[in-house]
Amino acid sequence: MSLPYVLSQLQNAFPVGLTKIVEWRGELAVTVPRERLHEVAQFLHDDPAMDFDYIVHVSSVDWPDDDERFEVVYEFYSIKKRQRIRLKTRTPESDCIVDSLTDLWKGADFMEREVYDMMGIRFRNHPDLRRILMPDDYTEGYPLRKDFPLRGKGWRDTFEFLDETAR
Amino acid sequence: MGLIQIGRHDKDGTPDVVTTTIEKAVNWARKGSLWPMTFGLACCAIEMMAAVSSRYDMDRYGAGVFRASPRQSDLMIVAGTVCRRMAPVIRKIYDQMPEPKYVIAMGSCATSGNIYDSYSVVQGVDRFVPVDIYVPGCPPTPEALFDGILKLQERIMQKRVFLRQPEQVRPGYKV
Repeated sequence: MSLPYVLSQLQNAFPVGLTKIVEWRGELAVTVPRERLHEVAQFLHDDPAMDFDYIVHVSSVDWPDDDERFEVVYEFYSIKKRQRIRLKTRTPESDCIVDSLTDLWKGADFMEREVYDMMGIRFRNHPDLRRILMPDDYTEGYPLRKDFPLRGKGWRDTFEFLDETAR
Repeated sequence: MGLIQIGRHDKDGTPDVVTTTIEKAVNWARKGSLWPMTFGLACCAIEMMAAVSSRYDMDRYGAGVFRASPRQSDLMIVAGTVCRRMAPVIRKIYDQMPEPKYVIAMGSCATSGNIYDSYSVVQGVDRFVPVDIYVPGCPPTPEALFDGILKLQERIMQKRVFLRQPEQVRPGYKV
């Protein structure tokens, strides 16, 4: 299975759904509108010719000047066919939510939680969408957003537990 | 070292009388049997492990018995980057150590946060536990850690045993 074959199969299945296709140095990156994200991912996962059975990574990008500010990036790999694909989707800040892919790949669970924790993008139908790196009671926002101050908002210098252990 | 004075018995002149102060004797015993606790957080921990192993042999300074429990140790070597989320754990473990207890901030991260001037990294472990010795380096070599231990032993010799010493914590400040 080759990369052009993956692309042609994808284009046959979704003649209008793919908004941007970038092939660069042997890597295929496909952007889809977030309404189509789940069905495209389902096709990649279920179709026997695609067979992307392994989710490599979920990450996110903040484009502060764009209308659709946030980008969620999924990377899939087919262990059997030794093929990679990158699937991207965009979401605006006002309605910052995309469909979760945990029903297709269980491994998306923690990685989507990390995206939620760091970037504040929520995932519809995620089984357990909580913060994963920062504490549950962290209130300063989402640290990887571009408008988040590099040094945070004071949390790193606040040691409330010192009062409890004061003698 | 000025620790002891050897006296001579009146009758045959053999050196069998030792005079010292209890304070010096207690401090001497304490400095020669430091029981460190493993608190490796990052790459500094690798150097700390190297310091304990056979090539460098930290046991030469009486500080080779690493314990995994704070209840059994009196020296906490904070080796590595201290994230804010780890801070209450370090403080709790410090509080669980029996007195007398000492803290070595090993490496630039534990000392000052190093290059990690970010939202999640504490800018020095001395913000919430009192630090006796700062060991510079990124990471410090085992020799540098030994220098810190020797400096700590010098400090222990100067401690007052029967007086409670105040805890020195640089208070955290708001940015």
